[in-house]
Amino acid sequence: MLSVQGINVFYGKGIHALKDLSLEVGQGEIVTLIGANGAGKSSTLNTISGLVRPRSGSVVFRDMDITKLPAHKIVEAGLCQVPEGRRIFANLTVQTNLELGAYLRKDKAAIARDMQRVYELFPRLAERKQQPAGTLSGGEQQMLAIGRALMSQPQLLMLDEPSMGLAPLLVKEIFRIVQEINRAGTTILLVEQNARMALSIAHRGYVLETGRVVMTDSASVLAEVDEVRKAYLGG
Amino acid sequence: MRQELIERRLPWLILTVGVYLVISVTSALGILNDYHMINIITIGISIILGVSLNLINGFTGQFSLGHAGFMAVGAYTGAILTMKFGFPFPATLLCGGLAAAVVGLVIGLPTLRLRGDYLAIATLGFGEILRVLFINWSYVGGAGGMVVTQRYTNFHWVYAMTVLTIIVIRNWLQSAHGRACVAIREDEIAASSMGINTTLYKVAAFILGSFFAGVAGVLYAHAYYIVTPASFGFLKSVEILIIVVLGGMGSISGSVLAAIAITLVSVIFTPWPYLRMILYSLALIIVMVYRPGGLMGVKEIQLPALSLKKKEGQQVGTP
Ligand SMILES: Nc1ncnc2c1ncn2[C@@H]1O[C@H](COP(=O)(O)OP(=O)(O)OP(=O)(O)O)[C@@H](O)[C@H]1O
Ligand SMILES: [Mg+2]
Repeated sequence: MLSVQGINVFYGKGIHALKDLSLEVGQGEIVTLIGANGAGKSSTLNTISGLVRPRSGSVVFRDMDITKLPAHKIVEAGLCQVPEGRRIFANLTVQTNLELGAYLRKDKAAIARDMQRVYELFPRLAERKQQPAGTLSGGEQQMLAIGRALMSQPQLLMLDEPSMGLAPLLVKEIFRIVQEINRAGTTILLVEQNARMALSIAHRGYVLETGRVVMTDSASVLAEVDEVRKAYLGG
Repeated sequence: MRQELIERRLPWLILTVGVYLVISVTSALGILNDYHMINIITIGISIILGVSLNLINGFTGQFSLGHAGFMAVGAYTGAILTMKFGFPFPATLLCGGLAAAVVGLVIGLPTLRLRGDYLAIATLGFGEILRVLFINWSYVGGAGGMVVTQRYTNFHWVYAMTVLTIIVIRNWLQSAHGRACVAIREDEIAASSMGINTTLYKVAAFILGSFFAGVAGVLYAHAYYIVTPASFGFLKSVEILIIVVLGGMGSISGSVLAAIAITLVSVIFTPWPYLRMILYSLALIIVMVYRPGGLMGVKEIQLPALSLKKKEGQQVGTP
């Protein structure tokens, strides 16, 4: 479904953030990218979603070369990113945030149905429809960010550290919902610091180190590899 | 649905027509004299400037520091068309607005494609370049300015243009376009991840705002007999910005109220121009401390809807 081939990303003159990075995501999968701070996880997602331009390499999504497409066209193609740090529209209500998620869609009835589904996935949001999004708790904001992305009906949903700053119980809840979204047919590319959780729900994983893929395998195998256990799973 | 829409809009229609009639009649009766009327015209022009800058700065979140520059483009275009080519006033209004819009496109396209405060820098420079250009251009009278003998601008034109500005910008904001603009203000990256073409909407809002600044410029040129490069300097841009900030970044009615207040203050303090700037600054500081979002924040004044149906006669569903 998604095929990233040998991308190189530079920031300014000096920083070579991604080095010949390649990865594949198949239809229906949950694939996770794990790695330390600064390994290049967000840079990878941002490159795929068109927020960052690679100097070389290609990104192909459902047989379409999207490497040079502007970000809003990539969303149109069916690929939506929940960016790091949530980035909800703080002064707008929960409801308006969700409506903006469906910005590209015209089918009013289907939009209403999906809105209903988001409120079912996240009952806490349903209770706060008219509340300005900036007044939601961190966890609720994360739910809103995911819900808003779902409103665009993505084929592939990319999540950048959805567990950031959340209490363990809420992290579990979010991951359960991510799994549920996947079962309903949405392919998922998940970036996580919390490698244990990520590997527990993913089918496959990539381990990033300073801009390179250093290891890739099925999630269950990765979780048993010594280096991974030592570096990311705390022994 | 339709009925409800009419009920919501009727109070505004009554207010709009009412204010128009009251001012027209009192002016015809001589209760409002010429001095009052020129100040009312100034208020109208300030409202157009404030509301149109609010679209750019307040609703779309792009920081323009050169609104007076677009006003100047409109004013000089208008003066030239009237004085050198004998254009009728409606055509002049349109051309002044279009000229400012084209300049807006030229400045907006390269700067708004980038994320960041490039627009502020570009518009700041633009105002200065324009000033120097007009000072050295003898065709339009150089530093002494250009005399406009046709005093086309009257209360009726100003009122019509003010109402038009408010209606067009309000309708834009209520549409999907407007929501795209507000999303960009809230978070540009998130807006683009929703599929919003951020460059398109930033440029569109900027052009629309510039257009009405140009219209305000034409009105100005034909109200005061003379346009000079000094009338559209950086201080004028700041004055418009103060209207937007005081009224509320993201509130049309706030800009209207602030435009009225600022114009009145500036009229009262005309003999003491420095005191005027001090007062502006004080007002800004007070508002920033006590109401950081401005007078109205992002809210609008709401008029109660008028009910057209008699409540008693209404049928309450079928049994
Ligand atoms: N806009 C930028 N300008 C300059 N350098 C950047 C920029 N964005 C990222 N970098 C650098 O690129 C490298 C990779 O950053 P990236 O944000 O992709 O890491 P990450 O794996 O997502 O880290 P984290 O887990 O902390 O979010 C880092 O060294 C970072 O400093
Ligand atoms: Mg990151």
